[in-house]
Amino acid sequence: MEKRAHFSGWTLPLLLILPQMAITVIFFYWPASQAIWQSFLREDAFGLASEFVGFENYIDLFKQPEYYRAMITTAIFSTLVAFFSLSVALLLATQADKSLRGGHAFKTLLIWPYAVAPAIAGVLWIFMFHPTLGTLARPIRAVGIDWNPMLNGNHAMILLVLSATWKHISYNFLFFLAGLQAIPKSVIEAGAIDGAGPLRRFWTIIFPLLSPTTFFLLVVTVVYVFFETFGIIDAVTGGGPAGQTTTLVYKVYADGRLGGDLGGSAAQSVILMVIVIALTAIQFRYVERKVQY
Amino acid sequence: MAGVTLDTVRKIYAGNVEAVKGVSLDVEDGSFCVLVGPSGCGKSTLLRMIAGLETISGGDIRIGDRVVNQVEPADRDIAMVFQNYALYPHMSVYDNMAYGLRNRKTPKDEIEKRVKEAARILAIEPFLDRKPRALSGGQRQRVAMGRAIVRKPQVFLFDEPLSNLDAKLRVQMRVEIKRLQKALGVTSIYVTHDQVEAMTLSDKLVVMSGGQIEQVGSPAEVYRRPETRFVATFIGSPPMNILPGKVEGPGRVSVGGQTIAVTDMREGLAPGSAIEVGLRPEDVQAGGAAGSSSLGMDVDFVEELGATQLFHGKVAGTDFVVQASTGQIPAETRKLTLSIDPANVHLFDPQTTKRLGRF
Repeated sequence: MEKRAHFSGWTLPLLLILPQMAITVIFFYWPASQAIWQSFLREDAFGLASEFVGFENYIDLFKQPEYYRAMITTAIFSTLVAFFSLSVALLLATQADKSLRGGHAFKTLLIWPYAVAPAIAGVLWIFMFHPTLGTLARPIRAVGIDWNPMLNGNHAMILLVLSATWKHISYNFLFFLAGLQAIPKSVIEAGAIDGAGPLRRFWTIIFPLLSPTTFFLLVVTVVYVFFETFGIIDAVTGGGPAGQTTTLVYKVYADGRLGGDLGGSAAQSVILMVIVIALTAIQFRYVERKVQY
Repeated sequence: MAGVTLDTVRKIYAGNVEAVKGVSLDVEDGSFCVLVGPSGCGKSTLLRMIAGLETISGGDIRIGDRVVNQVEPADRDIAMVFQNYALYPHMSVYDNMAYGLRNRKTPKDEIEKRVKEAARILAIEPFLDRKPRALSGGQRQRVAMGRAIVRKPQVFLFDEPLSNLDAKLRVQMRVEIKRLQKALGVTSIYVTHDQVEAMTLSDKLVVMSGGQIEQVGSPAEVYRRPETRFVATFIGSPPMNILPGKVEGPGRVSVGGQTIAVTDMREGLAPGSAIEVGLRPEDVQAGGAAGSSSLGMDVDFVEELGATQLFHGKVAGTDFVVQASTGQIPAETRKLTLSIDPANVHLFDPQTTKRLGRF
């Protein structure tokens, strides 16, 4: 059923949408336009003067090997986090969907990590895996692995994937659980009577019926890995060792804030903005079509 | 093919709720058995236990000669038609019907043969490539039936399969189910709360209430000789009238001082003891007739049903309904004399609610 309000004049409706418009303009359109403008400027070393350089910032950017390396790092990072956070969340959701004793407590506990701030999540994982302080690093070193995320880029990446995955499982879990509960029980029962064992039921009935949820979560997770893992990266590795865990977003911060290259950093932001707009567009298109079936 | 035997089957849910209280029932091979009763009487639970979708808390369920208490639903050789059809929404009609056969590693050409055959019987051949959401309610119902018949199971289970259809389609599908079952000869157990469906479909009618069987019999038996007051008022539409009365002597009872002769009355009932007198609205006639007793009725209003009229009113202070062919009684009548055939009077014990008829 469609709900519709009818207004006699223009004043009230305009007043009602004003707060949302103000927020969007101040926090999105204005900074976005600033970033685009900034990306065409180049500042001197002291930040006293700036000149218009056109697309030179972009051209410089694509000449940097570091930029391509950040792309590859981001691709690896997001693939790993998306794969693990989706598959673990799906596994947990299928288990939580069974009627278990204490199931509610289980579900509540699984949702908690989502409430932890990224930087704090990073610190938690550092405490566990710091090469000298970490409570879990000691047993790892004890079995003969030279565990050191401070020096070894692969170890640093593993630690980041762990913490970013851990934090995002809650979100994916919630959506998968809701998706599972939306599948009519009788369809699963019909499958059981039709001679499909639990695994076959999962892959031939449940998983295809969950595909809209899975697709939605895939896009959301990629956006999360791109943009919201900044806090974790900053707290855990700071992009290191030697830039080996610098993602596209972290490079924006590193170049702009630490390196003082505002123009180059703005150009990177604009590219990221295009990526996120593209992802959102794909998602809207498919969610509106209700996907697959 | 095989019959189904239930031996004191119980279902106790967590918290000691006893949904099914020791039900024993024999469903003969090839017969159509309908479980009917109000919501919460345990009929669906019983069906789901036969299907293997609910565990059994006590007793034995046998399909053929095999006790299936611990057997998985897939291995019981049954097929079930669900109330909401439970079609696989992401599969085409063809795949919906083929799914069970593929799971059982049936050869491909055999699957195709059987699906085509079922589609022909059910007249759904033009829809084989469609997804369920592109079908109407009646067509979905047919696909659900098709999914059951391609498997050629020992037993069909139906869980209120027609209740999501509109009234007209329901009557049509009811006839088709009956015809199909007769043609295939597969033992069928059908759950419904609709007593018309129950009467028309069944060879064997099982009336349930409160987790127990009230009566088992052919539809005619259950209608003519209800064993309890519950069955008497549940089967038949409009329901049987129940009047408080008194035993006068052998073959005689009285209602509000008016004496009625009764054919089917237990011997040895103490004169003066209370008794309940059941009369079906369609079994009483207006006006006096030879060999009948009579009752006076005050009419309040008349319901028109087209072919028949329902006269609502009171007999000896108790609500009473009379069904008569339209025009037989003038609609403006306010006082009626009803003639009662002694063979049409049902007597029940007010305490146990059991029938007080001859053994």
